[in-house]
Amino acid sequence: MGWLEGRWEEGFVTTTLERAINWARESSLWPMTFGLACCAIEMMATGGPRYDIDRFGAGAFRATPRQADLMIVAGTVNHKMAARVRRLYNQMPDPKFVIAMGACTCGGGPYYKYGYNVVKGVDLVVPVDVYVPGCPPRPEALLEGLMRIQDKVRAMKDLTKGQPMDIPIPHRSGAALLPEEVATPEKANEFAVKNKDLARPAKA
Amino acid sequence: MTPAEIISVVEERFAGAIAAKKADAMDPWVSIEPSRLVEVCLFLRDGPRLRFELLNCISGVDYLEPEPKKAAKAGFEPHTEVVYHLQSFTHRHRFTLKVILPRWKDYQPGQLPEVPSVANVWATADWHEREVYDLSGVWFTGHPNLTRILLAEDWEGYPLRKDYEYPLEYHGIRCR
Repeated sequence: MGWLEGRWEEGFVTTTLERAINWARESSLWPMTFGLACCAIEMMATGGPRYDIDRFGAGAFRATPRQADLMIVAGTVNHKMAARVRRLYNQMPDPKFVIAMGACTCGGGPYYKYGYNVVKGVDLVVPVDVYVPGCPPRPEALLEGLMRIQDKVRAMKDLTKGQPMDIPIPHRSGAALLPEEVATPEKANEFAVKNKDLARPAKA
Repeated sequence: MTPAEIISVVEERFAGAIAAKKADAMDPWVSIEPSRLVEVCLFLRDGPRLRFELLNCISGVDYLEPEPKKAAKAGFEPHTEVVYHLQSFTHRHRFTLKVILPRWKDYQPGQLPEVPSVANVWATADWHEREVYDLSGVWFTGHPNLTRILLAEDWEGYPLRKDYEYPLEYHGIRCR
């Protein structure tokens, strides 16, 4: 901190507000309790005492998307689940991050060719920040992915990622009364395509 | 009872209902005319010497060789089978029933072949029949709630049929 350094007594630190906020944020990334398939077992191992994701401040797995900063998509996402994944992502508060954990979420994995019901990569559904390949990845790999997320948080210039409020689009069933522009699946598709650029994460 | 005895008991009672049988297979089976399936199943469940209390599973099998070059050597005509694996706790024996169907009802593509539902005979059959309908495209008449069980409600086609065409897009999500 240049000329401010060393002017006060010991134990007194100067920094910028931005860095202080980013430091606090990266040290308490709360993931969402969200396991879809076998990768979730590895995610649980990462949360356990042997690998201990709590060392990085990310051990508080929240049971609701509204309290979570980080979505670890652990496991195969199929088309029936994709709408729910998107909906959970929409419900998270703004500076939100996504780790695609495992081969299936990175690009379809073993189901790439003949998986009629598997989404070929979760990045077709939500914007992904860090990809962790492996089938399933070792807990160390997931911790590495978490550290890369922390790097992204540390480099953030703004308080939020500037993502717009995204209207959840249930396309399958349910009796939700929707606004006119997303009332039918066709209109909803059109709306999503039109607002695609807005939904993309800002460069961190 | 041995499988041969079971076959003879069923034959004795329902002489006209048996379309084919094979006693020397690994799982000896008889195939039943679809119209008489329910009464045969009731007899298998309640007959004092049979007592098949448990329906292990229902499988839909699609016999089709989509490649025309290999079709001549395939060794079967295109057809669909529904296979019922039965087990008895009382007598500790097993048996296999089959229903052999055309791939499409009246050979009209798009018309699902029909089998009477056995959900009222074994409650297990409810979900199994939904799964066979979902993936293999067999319509079970008289089923209490025959809707898709694994795939989304608005899915098109029956993925475990050999001539299934993979979708290119599903609700705006690219599929390949």
